[in-house]
Amino acid sequence: MADETTDQGPVTTLATPIRLDFDFTPGVAQSKFLRGLERGEFHGQRCSVCGKVYVPSRGSCPTDGVPTTEDVLLGNAGTVTTYCVVNVPFAGQSIEIPYICAQILLDGANLSFMGLLQEIPTDQIRMGMRVEAVWVDESDLTPSLASVRYFRPNGEPDADYDTYKEYL
Amino acid sequence: MAERCAVIGVGQTHHKAKRDDVSIAGLVREAAKMALADADLTWSDIDAVVIGKAPDMFEGNMMPEIYLAPALGAVGKPMFRVHTAGSVGGSTALVAAHLVSSGIHKRVLTVAYEKQSDSDAMWALSVPQPFAAPLLAGAGGYFAPHIRAYMRRSGAPDYIGRMVAVKDRKNAMRNPYAHLHLADIDMKMVEDSMMLWDPLRYLEACPSSDGAAAMVLAAEDAVSGNYPPAWVHGMAMRSEPTMFAGRDQINPQAGRDCSADVYRQAGVTNPREQFDCAEVYVPFSWYEPMWLENLGFCDLGDGWKLTESGATAFDGDIPWNASGGVLSSNPIGASGMLRFLEVAMQVRGQAGEHQVDGAKLALGQAYGGGSQFFSMWVVGSAKP
Repeated sequence: MADETTDQGPVTTLATPIRLDFDFTPGVAQSKFLRGLERGEFHGQRCSVCGKVYVPSRGSCPTDGVPTTEDVLLGNAGTVTTYCVVNVPFAGQSIEIPYICAQILLDGANLSFMGLLQEIPTDQIRMGMRVEAVWVDESDLTPSLASVRYFRPNGEPDADYDTYKEYL
Repeated sequence: MAERCAVIGVGQTHHKAKRDDVSIAGLVREAAKMALADADLTWSDIDAVVIGKAPDMFEGNMMPEIYLAPALGAVGKPMFRVHTAGSVGGSTALVAAHLVSSGIHKRVLTVAYEKQSDSDAMWALSVPQPFAAPLLAGAGGYFAPHIRAYMRRSGAPDYIGRMVAVKDRKNAMRNPYAHLHLADIDMKMVEDSMMLWDPLRYLEACPSSDGAAAMVLAAEDAVSGNYPPAWVHGMAMRSEPTMFAGRDQINPQAGRDCSADVYRQAGVTNPREQFDCAEVYVPFSWYEPMWLENLGFCDLGDGWKLTESGATAFDGDIPWNASGGVLSSNPIGASGMLRFLEVAMQVRGQAGEHQVDGAKLALGQAYGGGSQFFSMWVVGSAKP
């Protein structure tokens, strides 16, 4: 008698979707950052040894290994230190391509973070461009980065390369 | 190093987009059996097994070492799993070498793999995090801004990346195990390929590969095999935080420290002069000039000039990635080990068509994460 399972050959691939939901405990320093976002403000922390300002702060300075206890309110504007234009689709992507993924150094901060840049064609973005955060409506503010809709050019002249080159 | 350690067997799979003829166990076994045969040994000769791969989330297979222990003959023996992101293949080899150089084991089998066709690495590398905007688009999205920053800092012309993309694919034509065999590759083909993460084009990025690499490492009194051993002259690993104020993302401190350490152990003071070749983790074309500078093969800002001069080409004075490198085969977890393995093949004289004539001393390098993990070794045909 023919063995039907053999005749059909091996099963080569089986898709098994995985879903992960997890809880995140932000801790003291990140809670301050998140509460700031809830008010439409960027809050960071300064290291008492090197004086560098981290945003968001993880509660300690990675260089000096000391707790960062001094809270700093940062401005709404910053400088694009570098960027790329994302034009590749992938599973779970939440933003329409192409989009500009920029490293943004907020005024008064010493560490850039990744931000979405809009209201500018993707071929006109430049290193050194001055940008500002655009927030969601006040009633929609939450303790989450979803409170920042995106960044956009604020019309100021580009920052000089020398002012941000140490942040690359 | 207390005891001398040598590579006495190497094995690798034919790297492909999809190896649906084998399971993960079949894939790693293929490379391991080849390494054992090269060392003229059998499973029972092995004292311990060290395995590495990139994040488990890639294939959705938690702690695969548990299921792979019997496939790798590790039952009843010590087995270690290593993980340091993309550099893992290198650091896995180093953990295995430490077990030999420390005098604990005589013969250690080390294996690394990735089965990217089973996985969705882009998704796994782009999982939304509560403290960052959901912008990350895989490894390319992370590294492209740093590449742009390198171009600005060094003043490199934009065709340098394309030159690397062509050079490594041409080298791959000499390597039967390479995933990509693009016979017609040229500057125009790279330029015409799709812009994925501006300034990075499709053909300036590594492929997604299924593949595995394996090596047998042995103490001096346990050397065997079909080719002369490749002696380990130095090994080092370094890490640094992903983010800190003043971090140089283009030329990371951890990479500079790691190479300084491994060069000191191997007595290397002029890498370009003393090494006959190097296999360096270049997943995106521009990382060749960036790592040329980071590894001290030239002065800061001059990496692109070295690439442009042809020095790193197969017929140059310091061939980089004669195998075709990560740009031609990228089974992520194995990619770092392939760098280490390929330089061992070079100094053993077993690299076939991509053999660098008379290679005696060579550098293998791997990096991972956001350029925050580095692992390196120096191997030579002479005893250290």
